[in-house]
Amino acid sequence: MNLDLSFYNWEIIRTFLLKGFYFSVLLTIVATLGGVLLGTLLALMRLSGRKVLVAPATIYVNGMRSIPLVMVILWFYLLVPASFYEMFPYRIGQNYRSEISAVLTFVAFEAAYFSEIMRAGIQSIPRGQVHAGQAMGMTYGQNMKLIILPQAFRNMLPVLLTQTIILFQDTSLVYAIGAYDLLKGFDSAGKNYGRPIESYLLAAVVYFVICFSLSWFVKRLHKKIAIIR
Amino acid sequence: MKTNWDWAVFLQDPGGQYPTYWQWLMSAWGWTISVSVFSLVVALTIGSLVGIARTLPDNPWLARFANAWVELFRNIPLLVQIFVWYHVVPALIPPMKGVPGFFLVVCALGFFTSARIAEQVRAGIQSLPKGQRYAGMAMGFTTVQYYRYVILPMAYRIIIPPLTSEAMNIFKNSSVAFAVSISELTMFALQAQEETSRGIEIYLAVTGLYVVSAFAINRIMAFIEKRTRVPGFIASADAGAGGH
Repeated sequence: MNLDLSFYNWEIIRTFLLKGFYFSVLLTIVATLGGVLLGTLLALMRLSGRKVLVAPATIYVNGMRSIPLVMVILWFYLLVPASFYEMFPYRIGQNYRSEISAVLTFVAFEAAYFSEIMRAGIQSIPRGQVHAGQAMGMTYGQNMKLIILPQAFRNMLPVLLTQTIILFQDTSLVYAIGAYDLLKGFDSAGKNYGRPIESYLLAAVVYFVICFSLSWFVKRLHKKIAIIR
Repeated sequence: MKTNWDWAVFLQDPGGQYPTYWQWLMSAWGWTISVSVFSLVVALTIGSLVGIARTLPDNPWLARFANAWVELFRNIPLLVQIFVWYHVVPALIPPMKGVPGFFLVVCALGFFTSARIAEQVRAGIQSLPKGQRYAGMAMGFTTVQYYRYVILPMAYRIIIPPLTSEAMNIFKNSSVAFAVSISELTMFALQAQEETSRGIEIYLAVTGLYVVSAFAINRIMAFIEKRTRVPGFIASADAGAGGH
């Protein structure tokens, strides 16, 4: 068995891999931003102490976290109605169904995980800070925005970034609905040129290099933040 | 929105190996459970060895190897690892050629999870006071002895909650095996949905079985934690509260 990676020329990289890579990165960024936003909202609901808010948020978060991501991807692909895709320009809505569905899925799914991180972050702020804010006459919104969330975000930054790396790895699961991500790029290139073995090996190497350097960066950042505090 | 449930779909004949979809579903659940349980055994065994190796004194090369192991299996997506085991390993290593796909997937999922378990075992060992190790040494125990009788019994009790989450994760992660045609629950969901166009009923049943499996493993771990608890030593109960 001889490995031959020479078939990977610039043309193949451009036509197969870059397209997938862009989508993987886009999916990671959108899902992180959307997930953090929605997750913060869920965390605030769970910490509000009002039953009408706590119960639905708890059910949502625990529900999402007890289902495999692949099944969530399949559920969204099945349930998002055709009228949703019609909101996009015709060509995008028709040609990128899997991709649009994947973005929705990841925002909804990751929100559950980000909300747990945010909840831990908010709870890590000493009660005295909350009380001090209240004593200053701040409203709940002011207190959250000016006192608690800035500190919580900073405490949680390394964990948030680690979750983002996991999220980047998880984007490969959109394979289930045939969305075109980085892994799909390697997959198609390998199949088209009859070199699946080299393709999968190279995919492993590329994912490893990306994730390893990102986690090295997060580790460094963690140390930096720890010194400042 | 009006829904027309048709649960009788599970009594239809898929026209293959199984007389009804219901029996196919149960067989798929069996595959999910076997993949998960075998992978868990592999992950616990290798994860423990690697985790312990990272804490051994006076053996920097072994510790370096163990660190590399963890980084390697943690930084590649599970699906890519499964593809590598399924397509690449049999092609590159001739003796692996005739190995059934089930075994390869168990290796993939087991090795992937072993990296995470190694992290937890290491953290558990390092969370123990150094005095425990020194006490073992002072008693004249060999390294093997003080790990076996002093450190590991406490370390494993401490890490039961994160191990619970990991055991539940393995059930969830086993769904990725659909990509290499292991006929487990997700594979069943995909195929049965296509054949019957009754996606909602099929997916509901499959999702329900995943939740039931995860809950069952959670209860088993809670039982183990309760039975092995050292009175007055570990305060926290509620195994795997973060696991769901």
